[in-house]
Amino acid sequence: MQKPSYLCIGLGFVTLCVASLMAHADPFTREDLKKWDEAFTVVMKEGDKLFHSSQLGKNSVSCDMCHPNASNAHPETYPKFQKQLGKVVGLRDMINWCIQNPLEGQPLAADDPKMIALESYITWERRGVKLEPGKH
Amino acid sequence: MSEKMTRRTFLKAAGAFTAAAALPVGLVEMAWGQKSSEKFTFAYISDAHITQIKGTEFVKNFDKGLQKAVFEVNFMDPKPDFVVFGGDLAQLGKKEEFEHGLEIMKDLTVPVKWVTGEHDYYLDLGKYWQEKISPLYYSFDHKGVHFVVLNSILTDDDWTYKRWPTPEERMLQMARLDNPHGSPFMVKEEQRAWLKKDLAKTGKETPIVVLSHSPLYKIFKPWNFWTDDAEEVQVILSPFKNVMVLHGHVHQILYNQIGNIPFNAFLATAWPWPYPVSYSQLPNKVPAMTVFMNRADPFKERDGTGWGYFDVNGGMLHHYELWENTPRMVRAGGKMKHPEDTEYQDPTKRIPPQEHY
Repeated sequence: MQKPSYLCIGLGFVTLCVASLMAHADPFTREDLKKWDEAFTVVMKEGDKLFHSSQLGKNSVSCDMCHPNASNAHPETYPKFQKQLGKVVGLRDMINWCIQNPLEGQPLAADDPKMIALESYITWERRGVKLEPGKH
Repeated sequence: MSEKMTRRTFLKAAGAFTAAAALPVGLVEMAWGQKSSEKFTFAYISDAHITQIKGTEFVKNFDKGLQKAVFEVNFMDPKPDFVVFGGDLAQLGKKEEFEHGLEIMKDLTVPVKWVTGEHDYYLDLGKYWQEKISPLYYSFDHKGVHFVVLNSILTDDDWTYKRWPTPEERMLQMARLDNPHGSPFMVKEEQRAWLKKDLAKTGKETPIVVLSHSPLYKIFKPWNFWTDDAEEVQVILSPFKNVMVLHGHVHQILYNQIGNIPFNAFLATAWPWPYPVSYSQLPNKVPAMTVFMNRADPFKERDGTGWGYFDVNGGMLHHYELWENTPRMVRAGGKMKHPEDTEYQDPTKRIPPQEHY
């Protein structure tokens, strides 16, 4: 019988190492799921607070005054052609339009934690509703 | 006033119709029982929510709404007999907000009948309102119709007197519509007893109009589109053949019929509210017969807001004077089985903007 080449042994060894690393990377535990869910909930609750606070704009108007429980916000329809803006926009663009206009405030940066929190709350209140991007 | 239909053009058309012989039921003069009341018109302005930012700075949007309504009511020709204010003059019940609102309302050239709302009441439990504006509940007669004004935004004693550390906190809690710590509206025992006594002097055929801020029926409890003792109030009203409830609070076109009682909501001058069907997480009892108003375009500041008036002519024709939209009309009472939109009640007549989701 021919002896296996050093190359084969080497490759075999490398494969085993990679396989063992991959075996640790992918499976996440129920504990992980719980932790990540809690992390989301913290941010969502922050968004709930902001949504109901009179601090986002300069005139004390709050989002919930027109959108109790974030109703009539339709996050599941974004991105869509927002006729009044004349282009396809995402939810955060509409959030910023509201902050600037009825709330007379300053727009938030796309990656502002406040924007992420608001999006988290608005989509949470609409959970379970099927996605219909583009719907007016 | 709307561009398409002024009151003058409507009256002209109505005059022409009554002269004709065989007419569709919707246009015939409907008698209220055996004794018809006189024909008259009254207007309403409701849910102004005048909001102080600080000092003499108020939210311009809401000021503009109330100013526009007052201006347009004053332009009605002929003038309405009176104007009902449907509640929520102030946003947080502050003296400054009342004074600013009253300053705008004083330009009306006809008398005002005031109905209190929760935003007016919960800072000082109606003190300013009773001292400077109006009694909280009362009745009056006008051209054969008995009007009753209720304070229908009370709630349980614990929540009112003990739950919150300050009046300001209590007001803020009641001001939030979707408040998980909220408390349902009530008319309560004392007023129900008063109502029974007041109506005991009224003939069963006499037309009665109940003016209320909360709806006096149950639509959606999480937003207090609700009156907890609605059934008890309805029992007191139901022996009367021609009774109708008109209410504020919901900031939308909304109408219903429960037994022999039609219900009609006032528009708000400040901002429109979504229909409870738009909150997907909880069930609601939005009356199926209501033809929704057009979904508000947030880019048009006054869309979904307005004022209205009622032509009382055996039954009532409710004219919704929607700004930024074609006006709507709902006929109720008299021989109507339930309130009906004069144009869109037939489901095949609906238009896309009426779809709310």
